[in-house]
Parts: sequence; C-alpha cells; structure tokens
Amino acid sequence: MANLNSLTISEARDKLKSKEISSLELTNSCLSAIDAANALGAFVHKTPELAIEQAKCADERLKRENAPDLCGIPLGIKDLFCTKGVESQAGSRILENFKPEYESTVSQNLIDNGTVMLGKLNMDEFAMGSSNETSVYGNAINPWKIDERELTPGGSSGGSAAAVAADLCLGATGTDTGGSIRQPAAFTGIVGIKPTYGRCSRWGVIAFASSLDQAGPMTKTVRDGAIMLGAMAGNDPKDSTSANIEVPNFEAMLTGDIKGKRIGIPEEYRLDGMPSEIEKLWSDGTEMLRQAGAKIVNISLPHTKYALPAYYVIAPAEASSNLARYDGVRYGRRAALSSGDGINEMYEKTRSEGFGSEVKRRVMIGTYVLSAGFYDAYYNRARRVRTLIKKDFDEVFADGVDAILTPTTPSAAFGLGEMSDADPVQMYLNDVFTVTVNLAGLPGVSVPAGVDKSGLPLGLQVIGRPWEEGEMLNIAYSLEQSAGFSSKPSKWW
Amino acid sequence: MSIDENTAAKVAKLARIKVESQDLKALVKEFNDILGFIGQLNEVDVEGIEPMTSVTPQQLIRRRDNITDGDKQTSVLKNAPLSREGFYAVPKVVE
Repeated sequence: MANLNSLTISEARDKLKSKEISSLELTNSCLSAIDAANALGAFVHKTPELAIEQAKCADERLKRENAPDLCGIPLGIKDLFCTKGVESQAGSRILENFKPEYESTVSQNLIDNGTVMLGKLNMDEFAMGSSNETSVYGNAINPWKIDERELTPGGSSGGSAAAVAADLCLGATGTDTGGSIRQPAAFTGIVGIKPTYGRCSRWGVIAFASSLDQAGPMTKTVRDGAIMLGAMAGNDPKDSTSANIEVPNFEAMLTGDIKGKRIGIPEEYRLDGMPSEIEKLWSDGTEMLRQAGAKIVNISLPHTKYALPAYYVIAPAEASSNLARYDGVRYGRRAALSSGDGINEMYEKTRSEGFGSEVKRRVMIGTYVLSAGFYDAYYNRARRVRTLIKKDFDEVFADGVDAILTPTTPSAAFGLGEMSDADPVQMYLNDVFTVTVNLAGLPGVSVPAGVDKSGLPLGLQVIGRPWEEGEMLNIAYSLEQSAGFSSKPSKWW
Repeated sequence: MSIDENTAAKVAKLARIKVESQDLKALVKEFNDILGFIGQLNEVDVEGIEPMTSVTPQQLIRRRDNITDGDKQTSVLKNAPLSREGFYAVPKVVE
C-alpha cells in the first residue's frame, strides 16, 4: 500500500487493530519519507533502528492483547525531550553529544503506549524563538511554499510542525512556553494543543521557563490530538507541579455537539493594523460556531496588551536561572581553555560559545531583571501583571463563558531571514495571541481554518477553561468540521 | 529605563557569558529595545496586587525526604566533559 505515512493517527489505529496494516509497514513508510525530506531540516537525529525494533514489538503486542490506541504509531519527538541514549540537545551547541541516561515522563508515557520513535525534531535553541532560525542544526523549513522563498514553519516546535505537515510522521510532541506549539501548527496547517499547566509532566523536558512550559501534541487532526494528549498526560510524582487530576477519554468527548456553549470573542485581540485576512478568518470562525449552535458573546480581557511585556520579563528571568546549569562541568560542551584559565574563564568561555545569540540575550535580560535594585521594578511588577491577566480570564469564565475564540497568529508564515534585520521585539510579536494562555496556565488549541490570499494556512485558537481540554477540543472539532480545511502542501522537497 | 555599556558588561559578568568589548555597543542597543518594550508594564496599576507564585491553585506536592535512588556514579558521570577517579574534573580553584 502506498503512502501509509499520510494516514492520520486514528485511521492508522483502526487499520492496525484490524490487521490491515502492520506497524512495521507504517514505520518503514515514514522512514522512507524522512530520508527523502532532508531538505526540510525537520528530523535532526534519526533513530531508524530503534523505530524498527519498536515497530516489531508493537506488532507483537497488537497480536497479543487489546493494545492501546497509539500502539504501533510512529511519532517524532522534539529535541527538547530527554530520550534515553539518544541525542537530546534542545537545538543547542552547549548540549552537543548529550545522550541522557533517562527518559522524560512524557516520552516514557508514549513508549508505554507502544508508540514508535522515528527520531528527534528540530527546534529553536532552548525553545527560544518563533521561526526555528535559532537552532544549532540550521533552519527547519515549512513544507508550504508559494514562490521561490523558503518559509519558516514557525517556532519553537518548527521541526515538529514541518514533519507532521509533510507526513513524515503521524504526530509529534511539541512544547509551548509562549506559543511554541500553536504558532507553528498555524503556520503549517496542522493541529497543536497546549494543555492546562500541570496536565503533562515537565520531568525530563529540558527547562526554559518552568512556570510556563507545557508539552503537548502536534497532529493532523483534532481527533489525533485528543488521542495523543490522553497518552502524554497524567500525574507524575517526579514533577511537583504535575496535577493529580484524572485524565478523561478526550476522544470520547468529540461529539461535535456544541449547542448552547458560550464562546467569548475578546475585543482586545482586534489589533490595530491586523491584516484583513486574519480579521475575516476570525469572523468566519465565529460564524461557524454560531451556525453550530454556540452562543457568541463579546468579552473583554483588559490586560491583554501587557501580556507580551510581562512574558519578556518572566520567561527570561526563569531561563536565566534554569540555564545556569550549563557550566561545562556535568554534561554537554566545555570550551577549550588557555593555559592559566581558571574556573570563571571556563564558565564564561563555555557559555559564550555554547549558547547562540538569542539565548544569550534572554539569559542576560533575565539576569538583569532579577539583579539587585531591579527585581521589584521588573520581575515583581511583571508577576503582579500576570496575576491581573489571569484574573481577566477567571472573571470571564465565572460569567459563564465556556471557551474563547481568537486568531492563533497575526500573520501567515513569513520567509526565512525576513526578520533578521528587525529588532528582537518584532519577532516577539508573533506570540501576541498565544502568550496570554501560558501566563494564565490555560489550555489552548490551534486549528487550521483557512488560507490567506497566497494560499498559506491560517489557524484559529480555541482557549478553554482550566482542565477542560475535552470541551475545548470538542469546540475545536466542531470548528474543524465546519472549516473543512483539507489542503496539503504540494511536495517540492 | 535604559542602560549603558558598563551595566551591560556587569550583567554579562553576572550571567557568566563572555562578551568582547567591541560587541557591547550592539548588546546595549538590543537591551534597550527590549527594556523599552517591557517598560510598558509601568502603565499598569498594580497597587495591592500580589505577584503570582503559582498559576494553578494547588499546593506544591511534598514527599518524604527518603533515599529512593542511588549507586549511579557511572550514569551520572557519563556525559561529563572531563571526569577523573569518579569525580567531575575542573580547572584548579584553589591556589
């Protein structure tokens, strides 16, 4: 059978369970697609031998028992996840050759469900970026193309997005600190879920900003996202912020019935100078939900404007602490030292040559906002504003709003290199619609909902109440059905 | 608020990142662009608002302070750039 790699997870699950196909056939189909797609820069460490071994085990398990839904499904894993014995570099030079002696909880959960790991996926260095241009491996490239330019797949989970959109794997893990799952999902026409903070364990996920980081699935459909999230999530004693809350059967909650649901449309997300296509996508999406029986209510989230500035204090502050561990002593790269160099020269040279410029910039900003004399003015003020941002959402939900609909990004994918002359703040604006969700710890999902005038995919974001991923995904499912987005990038790679 | 080259050099030192003196000027500009952006936070009235410490209402989970793991010296040292006799090795730190 041709093109097994283009199946969705739910289609493949059904075919695996009915023995119409084997995991080995499915895995080989993905491995061939990966080998033919080096031009996309998506897979940065391939693990074909491991994949084949896991596929064979999965086929045995499928014969033997009523195996989990993900048994035999080939996935890609973002390079931010520690995977035992397999390079895990967070897209950074400073973790060159690092092969963890342990497996992250999320990837272990997937292994326990019988998934097949095809390899590690490209990303912005330490998940800091919105275009995958800060990676030590080089750029990941969007499979969508409209002219001779190469477009960004978004970031930081750019490799994951490119791999799923190009059918190199059936699904991929991503992580989202300010929009790093949802923005690349929107740029590549796929579904990306950022769960409620605490839903997925952070243990073994290389830390960027611990109070904001969450792992989530990136898939071809909402149903696939629901299946994969169910397997990734769950309480973990090794992460003290992991919630001891039951994980429901998210797929069973996809009824498509959203009658009477109250959907909030926040006025503050209507930005000055927002492209008319984004505006139209948003109003079309609103109309689709109304047609499906939802009640549309206008809401106000007054502190929205301050979310990005607050994020660019809090995230760098946490990053500067988290990245202090890269000192050239315990793991990763140590700089070559000159005779007479002491321990401080070792730290400074190692970190200077090991980190890329965006990471260094954020570590230094974080150091500054946490330093004596500025801690209150910047860091504490930002944390107070974060309290207000969360309060905005709390009040809207207390008023009976079930979910909120916004655009995912302020534009479609842009060309690689196009932002290189802009100041760093211009790049940060990519996350303007997604970052509020991380600050408030909420679940959010990006659903492909249309294309811009040049034919590039655009996404809409559904924001849910805390721990209500099931309801949020059902609304996203309804939107997916109504939008009927089924375009695929034509193969040029 | 904006910063000068001396402050930028001090921050780089605190962050243990070597920055060559000729690169400080560009760094100062980037810093000031970002600080200008985050300066918007001064418009917000935060009087009486508590700084957020946890985004979810749950208390951090505690566990007993028991030894549950160990004897992994080889594993722990496996990724070290330099180790010797079961220790991490670093340049001399005492005279």
